[in-house]
Amino acid sequence: MTSLFEELQPTIADDIQTTRVDIRINGESKAAQIEPRLLLAHLIRNGFRLTGTHTGCDTTNCGACTVLLDGAPVKSCTVFAVQANGHEVTTVEGLATASELHPIQEGFKDEHGLQCGFCTPGMMLSAKALLDENPNPTEDEVRWALSGNLCRCTGYQNIVKAVLRAAAKMRGEA
Amino acid sequence: MYPSRFRYQAPTSIEEAIALLSSLEDAKVLAGGQSLIPMMKLRFANPANLVDINNIPDLGYHRAETDGSFRIGALCRHADLEKSKILGEHQPLLAAAAPLVADPIVRTRGTFVGSVCHADPQGDWASCMVALGGSIVAQGPNGKRTIPVKDFVSGPFTTVLAHDEIAVEAVIPAAQGTRTGGYLKLERRVGDFATAAAAVSLDMSGGVVKDAGIGLTGVGPQTINASEAAEALIGSSLEDDVVERAAELAAAASSPQGDHRGSAEYKRHIISTFVSRIIVNVQRAEMQVA
Repeated sequence: MTSLFEELQPTIADDIQTTRVDIRINGESKAAQIEPRLLLAHLIRNGFRLTGTHTGCDTTNCGACTVLLDGAPVKSCTVFAVQANGHEVTTVEGLATASELHPIQEGFKDEHGLQCGFCTPGMMLSAKALLDENPNPTEDEVRWALSGNLCRCTGYQNIVKAVLRAAAKMRGEA
Repeated sequence: MYPSRFRYQAPTSIEEAIALLSSLEDAKVLAGGQSLIPMMKLRFANPANLVDINNIPDLGYHRAETDGSFRIGALCRHADLEKSKILGEHQPLLAAAAPLVADPIVRTRGTFVGSVCHADPQGDWASCMVALGGSIVAQGPNGKRTIPVKDFVSGPFTTVLAHDEIAVEAVIPAAQGTRTGGYLKLERRVGDFATAAAAVSLDMSGGVVKDAGIGLTGVGPQTINASEAAEALIGSSLEDDVVERAAELAAAASSPQGDHRGSAEYKRHIISTFVSRIIVNVQRAEMQVA
Protein backbone atom coordinates (compact mmCIF):
# COMPACT_ATOMS: atom_id res chain seq x y z
CA MET A 1 0.00 0.00 0.00
CA THR A 2 1.25 3.45 -0.83
CA SER A 3 0.62 6.07 1.72
CA LEU A 4 -0.17 9.63 0.92
CA PHE A 5 1.62 10.78 4.02
CA GLU A 6 4.62 9.39 5.78
CA GLU A 7 6.32 11.23 8.55
CA LEU A 8 10.05 11.50 8.03
CA GLN A 9 12.77 12.34 10.52
CA PRO A 10 14.19 15.75 9.70
CA THR A 11 17.64 15.43 8.22
CA ILE A 12 20.56 17.41 9.50
CA ALA A 13 22.50 19.24 6.79
CA ASP A 14 25.60 17.27 5.79
CA ASP A 15 28.03 19.99 6.70
CA ILE A 16 26.79 20.30 10.27
CA GLN A 17 28.83 18.15 12.59
CA THR A 18 27.11 16.42 15.46
CA THR A 19 28.74 14.14 17.93
CA ARG A 20 27.64 11.73 20.62
CA VAL A 21 28.52 12.50 24.21
CA ASP A 22 28.30 10.18 27.19
CA ILE A 23 28.30 12.00 30.49
CA ARG A 24 27.75 10.83 34.04
CA ILE A 25 25.65 13.50 35.63
CA ASN A 26 24.88 13.27 39.35
CA GLY A 27 25.83 9.59 39.20
CA GLU A 28 23.48 8.82 36.30
CA SER A 29 24.75 7.91 32.81
CA LYS A 30 23.33 10.10 30.06
CA ALA A 31 23.98 10.24 26.34
CA ALA A 32 23.12 12.90 23.78
CA GLN A 33 23.77 13.74 20.14
CA ILE A 34 24.89 17.36 20.05
CA GLU A 35 26.55 20.05 17.97
CA PRO A 36 30.01 20.82 19.33
CA ARG A 37 29.11 24.47 19.88
CA LEU A 38 26.51 23.52 22.48
CA LEU A 39 27.63 24.81 25.86
CA LEU A 40 27.63 22.52 28.87
CA ALA A 41 25.19 24.85 30.68
CA HIS A 42 22.69 24.48 27.84
CA LEU A 43 23.03 20.70 27.65
CA ILE A 44 22.38 20.49 31.38
CA ARG A 45 19.42 22.89 31.38
CA ASN A 46 17.73 22.38 28.01
CA GLY A 47 18.93 18.89 27.16
CA PHE A 48 18.86 17.09 30.50
CA ARG A 49 16.23 19.45 31.98
CA LEU A 50 18.23 20.00 35.13
CA THR A 51 17.30 23.63 35.58
CA GLY A 52 18.99 24.12 38.94
CA THR A 53 22.08 25.28 37.07
CA HIS A 54 21.48 28.95 36.27
CA THR A 55 22.96 31.02 33.49
CA GLY A 56 23.46 34.51 34.81
CA CYS A 57 25.85 36.73 32.91
CA ASP A 58 26.72 34.24 30.14
CA THR A 59 30.15 35.95 29.93
CA THR A 60 32.26 34.00 32.47
CA ASN A 61 31.87 36.61 35.20
CA CYS A 62 29.15 35.65 37.66
CA GLY A 63 29.60 31.96 38.49
CA ALA A 64 25.84 31.19 38.70
CA CYS A 65 26.35 28.36 36.19
CA THR A 66 29.11 26.70 38.24
CA VAL A 67 29.03 22.88 38.20
CA LEU A 68 31.66 20.34 39.19
CA LEU A 69 33.50 18.68 36.32
CA ASP A 70 35.33 15.67 37.75
CA GLY A 71 35.01 17.35 41.15
CA ALA A 72 36.49 20.72 40.12
CA PRO A 73 34.31 23.81 39.82
CA VAL A 74 33.88 25.14 36.26
CA LYS A 75 31.66 27.78 34.73
CA SER A 76 29.42 25.61 32.56
CA CYS A 77 28.70 28.54 30.22
CA THR A 78 32.40 28.48 29.33
CA VAL A 79 32.91 24.78 28.63
CA PHE A 80 31.60 23.08 25.48
CA ALA A 81 29.34 20.15 26.30
CA VAL A 82 31.41 17.95 24.00
CA GLN A 83 34.38 18.53 26.32
CA ALA A 84 32.51 16.79 29.14
CA ASN A 85 32.29 13.60 27.09
CA GLY A 86 33.44 10.70 29.26
CA HIS A 87 33.57 12.88 32.35
CA GLU A 88 31.56 13.26 35.53
CA VAL A 89 29.37 16.31 36.17
CA THR A 90 27.76 17.29 39.47
CA THR A 91 24.99 19.88 39.51
CA VAL A 92 23.00 21.25 42.43
CA GLU A 93 20.46 18.45 41.88
CA GLY A 94 23.23 16.02 42.85
CA LEU A 95 23.61 17.44 46.37
CA ALA A 96 20.42 16.36 48.14
CA THR A 97 19.23 12.78 48.45
CA ALA A 98 15.55 11.87 48.20
CA SER A 99 15.16 12.12 51.96
CA GLU A 100 17.55 14.81 53.13
CA LEU A 101 19.35 17.97 52.16
CA HIS A 102 23.10 18.09 51.81
CA PRO A 103 24.78 19.79 54.81
CA ILE A 104 25.72 22.69 52.52
CA GLN A 105 22.06 23.16 51.61
CA GLU A 106 21.12 22.93 55.29
CA GLY A 107 23.76 25.55 56.05
CA PHE A 108 22.27 27.96 53.50
CA LYS A 109 18.81 27.31 54.95
CA ASP A 110 19.84 27.70 58.58
CA GLU A 111 21.97 30.80 58.07
CA HIS A 112 19.64 32.46 55.58
CA GLY A 113 22.42 32.27 52.98
CA LEU A 114 20.20 33.35 50.12
CA GLN A 115 17.65 35.96 49.22
CA CYS A 116 16.61 35.70 45.55
CA GLY A 117 18.45 32.40 45.22
CA PHE A 118 19.74 32.89 41.69
CA CYS A 119 23.44 32.60 42.57
CA THR A 120 22.86 29.88 45.18
CA PRO A 121 23.44 26.72 43.07
CA GLY A 122 26.81 28.06 41.92
CA MET A 123 27.71 29.17 45.44
CA MET A 124 26.92 25.73 46.83
CA LEU A 125 29.00 23.90 44.24
CA SER A 126 31.99 26.19 44.78
CA ALA A 127 31.51 25.55 48.50
CA LYS A 128 31.40 21.79 47.91
CA ALA A 129 34.64 21.89 45.94
CA LEU A 130 36.26 23.84 48.78
CA LEU A 131 35.00 21.55 51.57
CA ASP A 132 35.94 18.39 49.66
CA GLU A 133 39.51 19.68 49.62
CA ASN A 134 39.62 21.58 52.91
CA PRO A 135 37.09 20.38 55.51
CA ASN A 136 38.11 23.04 58.04
CA PRO A 137 38.46 26.35 56.18
CA THR A 138 38.90 29.74 57.81
CA GLU A 139 36.50 32.56 56.99
CA ASP A 140 39.12 34.05 54.67
CA GLU A 141 39.51 30.76 52.83
CA VAL A 142 35.73 30.56 52.33
CA ARG A 143 35.63 34.11 50.99
CA TRP A 144 38.55 33.35 48.69
CA ALA A 145 36.95 30.14 47.37
CA LEU A 146 33.66 31.92 46.66
CA SER A 147 35.27 34.98 45.07
CA GLY A 148 34.32 33.78 41.58
CA ASN A 149 30.62 33.69 42.48
CA LEU A 150 28.73 36.97 42.50
CA CYS A 151 25.69 37.65 44.69
CA ARG A 152 23.71 40.86 44.27
CA CYS A 153 21.46 40.39 47.32
CA THR A 154 23.13 39.22 50.46
CA GLY A 155 26.38 41.09 50.80
CA TYR A 156 27.92 37.62 51.25
CA GLN A 157 27.83 37.68 55.09
CA ASN A 158 25.29 34.89 55.47
CA ILE A 159 26.70 32.89 52.56
CA VAL A 160 30.06 32.74 54.32
CA LYS A 161 28.35 31.81 57.60
CA ALA A 162 26.36 29.11 55.77
CA VAL A 163 29.51 27.50 54.38
CA LEU A 164 31.30 27.64 57.74
CA ARG A 165 28.26 26.04 59.39
CA ALA A 166 28.12 23.35 56.71
CA ALA A 167 31.82 22.65 57.24
CA ALA A 168 31.24 22.21 60.98
CA LYS A 169 28.26 19.93 60.28
CA MET A 170 30.26 17.83 57.87
CA ARG A 171 33.01 17.47 60.46
CA GLY A 172 30.33 16.29 62.90
CA GLU A 173 30.71 19.34 65.17
CA ALA A 174 27.26 20.86 64.79
CA MET B 1 24.79 32.98 23.70
CA TYR B 2 26.01 30.45 21.16
CA PRO B 3 29.20 30.70 19.18
CA SER B 4 29.07 30.41 15.38
CA ARG B 5 29.09 26.89 14.04
CA PHE B 6 32.51 25.22 13.92
CA ARG B 7 33.92 21.76 13.39
CA TYR B 8 35.50 20.12 16.41
CA GLN B 9 38.28 17.59 16.75
CA ALA B 10 39.96 16.30 19.90
CA PRO B 11 43.21 14.54 18.93
CA THR B 12 45.10 12.45 21.46
CA SER B 13 48.67 13.30 20.44
CA ILE B 14 50.55 16.50 19.66
CA GLU B 15 51.60 15.16 16.26
CA GLU B 16 47.99 14.47 15.35
CA ALA B 17 46.98 17.95 16.53
CA ILE B 18 49.72 19.57 14.41
CA ALA B 19 48.66 17.54 11.38
CA LEU B 20 45.10 18.78 11.86
CA LEU B 21 46.26 22.40 12.17
CA SER B 22 48.33 21.99 8.98
CA SER B 23 45.43 20.57 6.98
CA LEU B 24 42.52 22.63 8.29
CA GLU B 25 41.60 26.14 7.22
CA ASP B 26 41.07 28.71 9.95
CA ALA B 27 41.69 26.46 12.95
CA LYS B 28 42.22 27.49 16.58
CA VAL B 29 43.67 25.44 19.42
CA LEU B 30 41.31 25.02 22.38
CA ALA B 31 43.07 24.50 25.74
CA GLY B 32 41.37 25.96 28.86
CA GLY B 33 39.01 28.00 26.71
CA GLN B 34 38.48 30.66 29.36
CA SER B 35 39.29 33.46 26.92
CA LEU B 36 38.56 31.75 23.60
CA ILE B 37 35.04 30.52 24.45
CA PRO B 38 33.81 33.92 25.72
CA MET B 39 35.31 35.54 22.61
CA MET B 40 33.53 32.99 20.39
CA LYS B 41 30.24 33.56 22.21
CA LEU B 42 30.59 37.31 21.69
CA ARG B 43 31.52 36.55 18.04
CA PHE B 44 34.86 38.36 18.35
CA ALA B 45 36.40 35.05 17.27
CA ASN B 46 34.74 32.79 14.69
CA PRO B 47 37.17 29.97 13.90
CA ALA B 48 35.88 27.42 11.39
CA ASN B 49 37.68 24.63 13.23
CA LEU B 50 38.61 23.94 16.82
CA VAL B 51 41.37 21.53 17.74
CA ASP B 52 40.81 20.63 21.40
CA ILE B 53 44.11 19.56 23.00
CA ASN B 54 42.58 18.56 26.36
CA ASN B 55 42.66 14.86 25.48
CA ILE B 56 46.42 14.86 24.84
CA PRO B 57 48.08 13.17 27.83
CA ASP B 58 51.07 14.43 29.84
CA LEU B 59 50.78 18.16 29.14
CA GLY B 60 49.63 19.21 32.61
CA TYR B 61 53.06 19.33 34.26
CA HIS B 62 55.10 22.06 35.88
CA ARG B 63 58.55 21.10 37.09
CA ALA B 64 62.06 22.24 37.92
CA GLU B 65 64.69 20.60 35.70
CA THR B 66 68.14 19.56 36.89
CA ASP B 67 69.71 22.35 34.82
CA GLY B 68 67.78 24.89 36.93
CA SER B 69 65.23 25.75 34.25
CA PHE B 70 61.52 25.51 34.98
CA ARG B 71 58.99 24.09 32.54
CA ILE B 72 55.22 24.43 32.35
CA GLY B 73 53.21 22.20 30.01
CA ALA B 74 50.41 23.40 27.72
CA LEU B 75 47.65 21.96 29.93
CA CYS B 76 48.97 23.15 33.29
CA ARG B 77 46.02 25.04 34.80
CA HIS B 78 46.28 28.24 36.83
CA ALA B 79 44.93 26.26 39.82
CA ASP B 80 47.74 23.68 39.47
CA LEU B 81 50.21 26.53 39.93
CA GLU B 82 48.22 28.16 42.73
CA LYS B 83 48.19 24.88 44.67
CA SER B 84 51.71 23.83 43.70
CA LYS B 85 54.03 22.53 46.42
CA ILE B 86 57.17 23.43 44.46
CA LEU B 87 56.41 26.69 42.68
CA GLY B 88 57.16 29.08 45.58
CA GLU B 89 60.60 27.64 46.18
CA HIS B 90 61.67 27.86 42.50
CA GLN B 91 59.62 30.71 41.04
CA PRO B 92 58.42 33.12 43.74
CA LEU B 93 57.15 35.60 41.15
CA LEU B 94 54.83 33.01 39.59
CA ALA B 95 53.69 31.86 43.03
CA ALA B 96 52.76 35.47 43.87
CA ALA B 97 50.82 35.90 40.62
CA ALA B 98 48.98 32.55 40.54
CA PRO B 99 46.24 33.43 43.07
CA LEU B 100 45.62 36.78 41.33
CA VAL B 101 44.77 35.37 37.89
CA ALA B 102 41.04 35.72 37.12
CA ASP B 103 38.86 34.03 39.79
CA PRO B 104 39.01 30.58 41.44
CA ILE B 105 36.56 28.94 39.02
CA VAL B 106 38.29 30.23 35.91
CA ARG B 107 41.61 29.12 37.43
CA THR B 108 40.52 25.47 37.54
CA ARG B 109 40.15 25.48 33.77
CA GLY B 110 42.37 28.17 32.22
CA THR B 111 45.98 27.38 31.36
CA PHE B 112 49.26 29.24 31.83
CA VAL B 113 50.47 28.70 28.26
CA GLY B 114 47.04 29.54 26.84
CA SER B 115 47.04 32.82 28.71
CA VAL B 116 50.43 33.78 27.24
CA CYS B 117 49.19 32.79 23.75
CA HIS B 118 46.03 34.84 24.15
CA ALA B 119 48.39 37.86 24.35
CA ASP B 120 45.89 40.06 26.13
CA PRO B 121 47.70 43.21 27.37
CA GLN B 122 45.76 42.51 30.58
CA GLY B 123 47.23 39.00 30.92
CA ASP B 124 49.16 38.40 34.14
CA TRP B 125 51.34 35.54 32.99
CA ALA B 126 52.84 37.28 29.97
CA SER B 127 54.18 40.05 32.25
CA CYS B 128 55.69 37.43 34.55
CA MET B 129 57.30 35.65 31.62
CA VAL B 130 58.74 38.90 30.29
CA ALA B 131 60.19 39.67 33.74
CA LEU B 132 61.68 36.16 34.00
CA GLY B 133 63.11 36.17 30.47
CA GLY B 134 60.96 33.13 29.71
CA SER B 135 60.19 31.52 26.36
CA ILE B 136 57.46 29.59 24.63
CA VAL B 137 58.31 26.33 22.90
CA ALA B 138 56.31 26.10 19.67
CA GLN B 139 55.99 22.76 17.92
CA GLY B 140 55.09 22.54 14.23
CA PRO B 141 55.40 20.07 11.36
CA ASN B 142 59.17 20.77 11.19
CA GLY B 143 59.88 20.34 14.88
CA LYS B 144 60.26 22.71 17.80
CA ARG B 145 61.48 26.28 18.13
CA THR B 146 61.92 28.35 21.26
CA ILE B 147 60.68 31.95 21.18
CA PRO B 148 61.37 34.46 24.00
CA VAL B 149 58.03 35.82 25.24
CA LYS B 150 59.14 39.41 24.62
CA ASP B 151 59.33 38.51 20.89
CA PHE B 152 56.47 35.98 20.99
CA VAL B 153 53.81 38.60 21.64
CA SER B 154 53.75 40.80 18.55
CA GLY B 155 50.79 43.01 19.46
CA PRO B 156 47.48 43.01 21.30
CA PHE B 157 45.98 39.50 21.01
CA THR B 158 48.64 38.64 18.43
CA THR B 159 51.62 36.31 18.57
CA VAL B 160 54.22 35.05 16.10
CA LEU B 161 52.87 31.49 16.38
CA ALA B 162 52.34 30.02 12.89
CA HIS B 163 48.93 28.55 12.01
CA ASP B 164 50.30 24.99 12.17
CA GLU B 165 52.22 25.43 15.43
CA ILE B 166 51.13 24.63 18.97
CA ALA B 167 52.66 26.29 22.05
CA VAL B 168 53.50 23.08 23.88
CA GLU B 169 55.49 24.44 26.80
CA ALA B 170 56.71 27.53 28.64
CA VAL B 171 60.34 27.58 29.75
CA ILE B 172 61.90 29.82 32.38
CA PRO B 173 65.69 29.95 32.42
CA ALA B 174 67.79 29.00 35.45
CA ALA B 175 68.44 31.72 38.04
CA GLN B 176 71.81 33.43 38.32
CA GLY B 177 71.98 33.05 42.08
CA THR B 178 68.84 33.05 44.19
CA ARG B 179 65.62 34.04 42.48
CA THR B 180 63.20 36.35 44.27
CA GLY B 181 60.52 38.73 43.11
CA GLY B 182 56.84 39.41 43.31
CA TYR B 183 53.65 40.42 41.56
CA LEU B 184 51.23 43.13 42.62
CA LYS B 185 47.92 43.77 40.91
CA LEU B 186 45.27 46.39 41.55
CA GLU B 187 41.80 45.22 40.60
CA ARG B 188 38.45 46.73 41.54
CA ARG B 189 37.09 43.29 42.40
CA VAL B 190 38.17 39.69 42.01
CA GLY B 191 38.16 38.58 38.39
CA ASP B 192 38.15 42.07 36.94
CA PHE B 193 40.90 43.09 34.59
CA ALA B 194 43.80 44.83 36.31
CA THR B 195 43.76 48.60 36.69
CA ALA B 196 47.52 48.05 36.62
CA ALA B 197 49.91 45.32 37.70
CA ALA B 198 53.66 44.82 37.89
CA ALA B 199 55.90 41.74 37.84
CA VAL B 200 59.44 42.05 39.19
CA SER B 201 62.00 39.25 39.09
CA LEU B 202 65.39 39.54 40.82
CA ASP B 203 68.26 37.08 40.72
CA MET B 204 70.40 37.84 43.79
CA SER B 205 73.83 36.67 44.85
CA GLY B 206 75.60 37.95 47.96
CA GLY B 207 73.16 40.84 48.25
CA VAL B 208 73.88 42.00 44.70
CA VAL B 209 71.38 41.91 41.83
CA LYS B 210 72.80 39.63 39.12
CA ASP B 211 69.83 39.79 36.82
CA ALA B 212 66.46 41.51 36.88
CA GLY B 213 63.31 41.80 34.82
CA ILE B 214 60.17 43.91 35.02
CA GLY B 215 56.94 43.25 33.12
CA LEU B 216 53.87 45.49 33.28
CA THR B 217 50.22 44.46 32.88
CA GLY B 218 47.32 46.54 31.61
CA VAL B 219 49.21 49.78 31.05
CA GLY B 220 49.70 49.73 27.29
CA PRO B 221 48.56 48.18 24.01
CA GLN B 222 50.54 45.05 24.91
CA THR B 223 52.53 43.58 27.77
CA ILE B 224 55.34 46.00 28.55
CA ASN B 225 58.92 44.96 29.03
CA ALA B 226 60.40 47.67 31.27
CA SER B 227 63.95 46.69 30.39
CA GLU B 228 65.59 50.04 31.24
CA ALA B 229 64.07 49.93 34.70
CA ALA B 230 65.33 46.37 35.19
CA GLU B 231 68.83 47.26 33.97
CA ALA B 232 68.99 50.07 36.52
CA LEU B 233 68.78 47.41 39.23
CA ILE B 234 71.48 45.08 37.90
CA GLY B 235 74.75 45.29 39.82
CA SER B 236 73.16 47.24 42.67
CA SER B 237 72.41 46.14 46.20
CA LEU B 238 68.94 47.66 45.91
CA GLU B 239 69.88 50.93 47.58
CA ASP B 240 66.92 53.30 48.09
CA ASP B 241 67.91 55.70 45.28
CA VAL B 242 68.38 52.79 42.83
CA VAL B 243 64.95 51.39 43.65
CA GLU B 244 63.39 54.81 43.28
CA ARG B 245 65.06 55.30 39.90
CA ALA B 246 63.90 51.86 38.66
CA ALA B 247 60.34 52.61 39.79
CA GLU B 248 60.42 55.92 37.89
CA LEU B 249 61.78 54.23 34.76
CA ALA B 250 59.09 51.53 34.95
CA ALA B 251 56.37 54.19 35.19
CA ALA B 252 57.95 55.98 32.22
CA ALA B 253 57.97 52.72 30.21
CA SER B 254 54.24 52.27 30.71
CA SER B 255 51.82 53.93 28.31
CA PRO B 256 48.42 53.62 29.99
CA GLN B 257 45.18 55.11 28.78
CA GLY B 258 42.74 56.73 31.13
CA ASP B 259 39.46 54.83 31.43
CA HIS B 260 36.78 53.94 33.98
CA ARG B 261 39.45 52.21 36.08
CA GLY B 262 41.52 55.36 36.49
CA SER B 263 43.44 58.11 34.72
CA ALA B 264 46.70 57.50 32.89
CA GLU B 265 48.54 59.48 35.56
CA TYR B 266 47.00 57.36 38.31
CA LYS B 267 48.01 54.12 36.58
CA ARG B 268 51.58 55.36 36.13
CA HIS B 269 51.67 56.19 39.81
CA ILE B 270 50.49 52.66 40.64
CA ILE B 271 53.27 51.18 38.52
CA SER B 272 56.02 53.13 40.26
CA THR B 273 54.51 52.36 43.68
CA PHE B 274 54.15 48.63 42.91
CA VAL B 275 57.69 48.25 41.54
CA SER B 276 59.26 49.81 44.61
CA ARG B 277 56.87 47.99 46.96
CA ILE B 278 57.72 44.58 45.48
CA ILE B 279 61.44 45.27 45.91
CA VAL B 280 61.00 46.53 49.49
CA ASN B 281 58.94 43.40 50.30
CA VAL B 282 61.75 41.23 48.88
CA GLN B 283 64.31 43.05 51.03
CA ARG B 284 62.16 42.67 54.17
CA ALA B 285 61.76 38.95 53.52
CA GLU B 286 65.54 38.56 53.07
CA MET B 287 66.21 40.42 56.32
CA GLN B 288 63.89 38.02 58.15
CA VAL B 289 65.78 35.04 56.73
CA ALA B 290 69.18 36.55 57.60
